Amino acid sequence: MADKVLMKGNEAIAEAAIVAGCRHYFGYPITPQTEIAAYMAKRMPKIGGCFLQAESEIAAINMVYGVASTGLRVMTSSSSPGISLKGEGLSYLAGADLPSLVVNVQRGGPGLGGIQPSQSDYFQATKGGAHGDFHMIVLAPASVQEMADLTVHGFDLADKYRMTSMILADGTMGQMMEPVSLDLEVKPMPEKPWATTGTKLQRKHNITNSLSLDPEELEMLNFKRYERYKVIEENEVMYEEYMMEDAEICIAAFGIASRVAKNAITEARKMGIKVGLIRPITLWPFPTAPFKAAADKVHTFISVELSMGQMIEDVRLATECRRPVKLVNRAGGMIPSPEQILEAIKEANKNGGAN
Amino acid sequence: MAKLTFKTDNCKGCGLCVDACPKKVLALAKEKINKKGHHPVEAVNEDACIGCAFCATMCPDCIIKIEK
Amino acid sequence: MVVFDKPHALNDIPMHYCPGCTHGIIHRLVAECLDELGIEGQTIGIAPVGCSVLAYNYFNCDMIEAAHGRAPAIATGVTRADPENHIVFTYQGDGDLASIGMAETVHAAARNENITVIFVNNAIYGMTGGQMAPTSLPGQVTQTSPYGRDTNHCGFPIKVCEMLSELDGPEYLERVAVNNVKNVKNAKKAIKKAFENQINKKGFSLVEVISSCPTNWGMTPQKALEWVADKMIPYYPLGVYKDRSAGIVKGEVKND
Repeated sequence: MADKVLMKGNEAIAEAAIVAGCRHYFGYPITPQTEIAAYMAKRMPKIGGCFLQAESEIAAINMVYGVASTGLRVMTSSSSPGISLKGEGLSYLAGADLPSLVVNVQRGGPGLGGIQPSQSDYFQATKGGAHGDFHMIVLAPASVQEMADLTVHGFDLADKYRMTSMILADGTMGQMMEPVSLDLEVKPMPEKPWATTGTKLQRKHNITNSLSLDPEELEMLNFKRYERYKVIEENEVMYEEYMMEDAEICIAAFGIASRVAKNAITEARKMGIKVGLIRPITLWPFPTAPFKAAADKVHTFISVELSMGQMIEDVRLATECRRPVKLVNRAGGMIPSPEQILEAIKEANKNGGAN
Repeated sequence: MAKLTFKTDNCKGCGLCVDACPKKVLALAKEKINKKGHHPVEAVNEDACIGCAFCATMCPDCIIKIEK
Repeated sequence: MVVFDKPHALNDIPMHYCPGCTHGIIHRLVAECLDELGIEGQTIGIAPVGCSVLAYNYFNCDMIEAAHGRAPAIATGVTRADPENHIVFTYQGDGDLASIGMAETVHAAARNENITVIFVNNAIYGMTGGQMAPTSLPGQVTQTSPYGRDTNHCGFPIKVCEMLSELDGPEYLERVAVNNVKNVKNAKKAIKKAFENQINKKGFSLVEVISSCPTNWGMTPQKALEWVADKMIPYYPLGVYKDRSAGIVKGEVKND
C-alpha cells in the first residue's frame, strides 16, 4: 500500500487535480473552499502550472471555458453563492460540449446564507444548475480519500463525455483531515481534435460554440447530448450499499450525512433493527436501480439530508413511491445527529411501513 | 489603368466604394439586381481607374479585387 | 499584379451585416494583419454576443464564441493555456465590452494579459434592434432612450480608452475610426501594432474602433459615416491613449 499523508479534504482535491494532469486553476475566494485556491497558488508555480485569482466567479468559469477550449485539463472551485455566479458559464460549457471540473464545497443558503456545511445545492447540481437542457456529472465524496479519488475520476469522465464534472462536497468534507493516498490511477486523456489551438494552416478552423440559430439543428444537438447522457446513466452510476442484505429499513444519504447515518445504523443494529444504507456516490446519474430493488425488500426509506429535503424527491422517483420515504434533516449549516436519525429508525421500525 | 473584379452577388449596394473613388469609376447599377436583391456596384469608367484601392478599403464586404 | 484582394484569414462566406455596416471593414483589417504577420495558424479569435456574434464563421483561424461580455476572461484562459504559441484576439461591441463585460475588460487590462482586444464602438445595441449603449451619446435617440439620452436619468457615456489609460497595467490603447480611407488606414496600423505587441509579449492592447450603424441610427451608410465624423469623433477623440513602450502614459493623448 502506498504511503498515506494527512490532508484536509480541500487540499486532497487540489493535489489530486494536479495528479490528474490539471495545470490550470482559476478561482475566487469564498469560505469554506478557499484552501483549494491557496493550495493551488502555492503548488502551480512550482510545477509550471497556472493559478490565477479571477476578478469574479463569472470570470473564473470563463477562464476555465478558455482553457477547456484548448483541450487542457482545467478546474475551478467555489462554494454555493459562487456556484450560482458560475451558472452562466456552466450552461455555456454544456452547450459547447467542453470538459471541465468544478468543485462546490457547499454552505447553507439561500442568498448569502452562512458558512457552515450544507447539502442544499443538490437540486442546482443534479437538475442542471442554469438555463437550458443539460446535466453535469455530480460526484459526492464521503471521505478525504474519496475527495481525491473522485477528483481524478471526475476529470476522466469529463474528458470521456465532453462535459462538466462537479464535485459536490460540503464544508465538513472540505475541512476534515484524514489520511489519504495520492497514488491515484489516471486514465490517458482522449484525443481532442475539436480543440481550438490554432489551425497551423493544416485544417479547417475549429469553432467552440454554443449558438445554433437553426432550431432544427439546436434540437438535434440537444437530442445527441441526451443520447450521451443515457450512456452515462447506463455505465457510470456509483453507489455504496451498507448492511443492506437483510435490511427492512433503508437510509438514503450522501457525503457527510452518510457518515452520521452509519453511526445511527450501528446503534440500531445493536437494538436488533434491520437497517441499511444506500449511499449515492454519483448524484447524477442517480443510482435508481439499487433503490428500486430495495423497494422490494424494505418497508421504509429514510432520506437523511443537510437541506430541506432535496434528494428525497429522487428517492421517491427511484422507488416509484411504493414505500414511504421519511425525511431526517437539518438545514442552514446544521448537521443531523446520530440520535435524531436513530429516533427516526426506531419510529419506522415500530410502524413497519405504515404511514 | 487597373483591372477591377467584383464578387457581384456579395455586394449589398451600400455605395461606400462609389463615394471613396477619387476618379468616379464606380456606380451602383440602375437596373441590374443581384442574388441578394441589391443594385450592385459596377465599373462605369474603368479606364480611369488608377488602382488606388480606396474603393476596396471602404468596402465592408470585401467584394473588390484590383490588379494592375 | 494584385493590388488588393480578400485576405486569406477571412473566408468566402458572405457576411450577415447590414449594407454599409463597417463591421465588415474591421473584420478585413484584422484578417489582413493576421495574414501580414503570418499568425493565422496560431491565432484563436473570440467572438462576442451582439451583431458580430457570427464572426466565428468569417475568420479562418480557430474561433471561440463567448458568453456576453466574457471574451477577455476566455482570452485569459486561452493565452495562459499556451503563452508561447497562442495569439488571441477578442472582437467585442460596446454593450459587450463596456456594459455587461466591463469587469472582465478592466481586469484583463489591469493584469496586462497578453491579448489583443478589438473594441467596436458604434454607440448602440445593433443585434437587439437599436437600444441605448453605454457609449450612446448624450441626447442620442435610441429605442430605449426615445426622447434622447437624458444624462440626468441614465448617466453619461463611458470613454473606454480614457478610463483604461488610468490603469498601470495595459500596454497599448488607441482609438481609431473607419469613416474614411485615411482613418481606415490608421485603424489598420493600430490593429497591426496591437498584434505585434502580443507577438512581442508586451501584453494587453486595445484598439477602440469608432464605427457606424446605419440601420439603427436610421441613416444611409454615407450619412452614418458623416455622423461618425460630426458627432462621434468629437466626443471620442482619436489617438493613442497609452503606449508604454513609446513612453506615452495616461492623459497624454497623441493625435496624428
